[in-house]
Amino acid sequence: MKKKTTMTVTDIRSLAEGVFSMKLRYPEGDLPEEVKPGQFAGLYPNDPSKLLPRPISICRWDPDTGELQFVFRVAGAGTASLAAQKPGDSVDMLGILGNGYDLEKLSGKRVLLLGGGIGIPPMVELAAALAGRPGTGVTAVMGYRNSDLFLTQELERYGNLLIATEDGSVGTKGNVLDAVREASVRADAVCACGPMPMLRAVKKFAREQGIPAYISLEERMACGVGACLGCVTKTVKTDSHSHVRNARICTEGPVFDAEEVEI
Amino acid sequence: MREGTCGVKPDMSVNIAGVELKNPVMTASGTFGSGMEYSEFVDLNHLGAVVTKGVANKPWEGNPTPRVAEVYGGMLNAIGLQNPGIDVFIERDLAFLKQFDTKVIVNVCGHTEEEYLEVVERLADETVDMLEINVSCPNVKQGAIQFGQDPKCLTDITAKVKRIAKQPVIMKLTPNVTDIAEMARAAEAGGADAISLINTITGMKIDIEKRSFVLANKTGGLSGPAIKPVAVRMVWQAAQAVKIPIIGMGGIASAEDAVEFMLAGASAVAVGAMNFHDPCLTQKVVDGMEQYLLRHNIHTVRELTGAVQ
Repeated sequence: MKKKTTMTVTDIRSLAEGVFSMKLRYPEGDLPEEVKPGQFAGLYPNDPSKLLPRPISICRWDPDTGELQFVFRVAGAGTASLAAQKPGDSVDMLGILGNGYDLEKLSGKRVLLLGGGIGIPPMVELAAALAGRPGTGVTAVMGYRNSDLFLTQELERYGNLLIATEDGSVGTKGNVLDAVREASVRADAVCACGPMPMLRAVKKFAREQGIPAYISLEERMACGVGACLGCVTKTVKTDSHSHVRNARICTEGPVFDAEEVEI
Repeated sequence: MREGTCGVKPDMSVNIAGVELKNPVMTASGTFGSGMEYSEFVDLNHLGAVVTKGVANKPWEGNPTPRVAEVYGGMLNAIGLQNPGIDVFIERDLAFLKQFDTKVIVNVCGHTEEEYLEVVERLADETVDMLEINVSCPNVKQGAIQFGQDPKCLTDITAKVKRIAKQPVIMKLTPNVTDIAEMARAAEAGGADAISLINTITGMKIDIEKRSFVLANKTGGLSGPAIKPVAVRMVWQAAQAVKIPIIGMGGIASAEDAVEFMLAGASAVAVGAMNFHDPCLTQKVVDGMEQYLLRHNIHTVRELTGAVQ
């Protein structure tokens, strides 16, 4: 069930320039029934001039401590106010939102995880979930701007990690697909999150390889729960909810089969 | 205002054009879908009415993205009235709403007069309590707002809708006019049973780093607390001009805001963009209005309408 919850900040730190990790703890006895990799939550800035929740993907979920970890980039005043929170502060959160990755479709396969920039965080929870499934192999290929890396230790824990940097300072010089080709990574399925040019290239790559690609999309959002129709993506076929070729990223997504959306 | 007995539960019911609502709190069209998504957060049985997202005779694709942008104290939207069309709406959305003990107000949109009338006709035999005619959306290129910016056109479309409508008709007015009182009178002259205002105020946001428009549509409708003083002023001006009931909206974020609209002359209110800030807000506004009445020893919420001095 979705709800707006007042969470407590338990940890906040900078992981790289402009990139912050924030852990939020649920009130006791108020945990969500399930949190799937690829799902997200709406975090409300503590600023009355800002109405809308910021959609931020879930990087880790620990049901034992009731903590969600979010890793986000400061992109404006809203995310800057989130980054300025201190342990013990309260943050209102709308969650848990979106569909998440379908783990059944990935079980027992060689799964290639591709993350670009601030698309990297949701890949950590996905890598952890897949690593626990018998016969499932995880290769994570993450793309950064430069040597200011983040979340690499977490990813290494769950599989093979390759790195691409735009400036070539670490790993392959170029993007994630350059690194995949350089290492001749073989995979049965791709999961990707990152900027739109990367997702377009991933869709093309998966098509060439004849394997499915599950991509996580981003769009400016308002309600986060499927009511306002702000965050739609073009679909190949008529969507069963909208009855036009638009699907709601917050509700039918954010994870889509790349062949089902026009990007 | 009469003074009530302290502690007696106030009467929250209001009557809009013969339709009895259990309280004056509605949802503003387009911010609440058809109630399905928000029924996880709010018991729809507790609302005066659910006003649905605009529906047309056929499915509409709406505008390209980005469709929404946040601004100081509010937001811009240019959804472009995406909707699944009247057939799916009746089959799915109306069927869903029937389960609840609340009034159902269907917001009707169209590009042309014929399109509006087709939807009105299709709804004639459905379990719908009222119609709200959207002649004020700033985000579609053809139709919609054009009917709402010319008094003669507004009177004309109102009269045509009234001729075939089986339910009371609310005309939803745009604030993007010079004289709101004139538009209110034009709707009344056409036979409108009520008016609702304000729809969004046309606005724009520019990304100065990219030197480009934030919205794909370039312009969008401004809503949220930023527009509330404009909305309260327009409700008051409209209330001076017409006898038909007014449904007031524009940036309502609390019960206190709702009371302000009532005092300005509204008989009912609608919660819009702030549903996105707090999905439980409609319920909180109902509860808070009741508390206000108790605190001020007022018997019925109806006494608030136009009571500003």
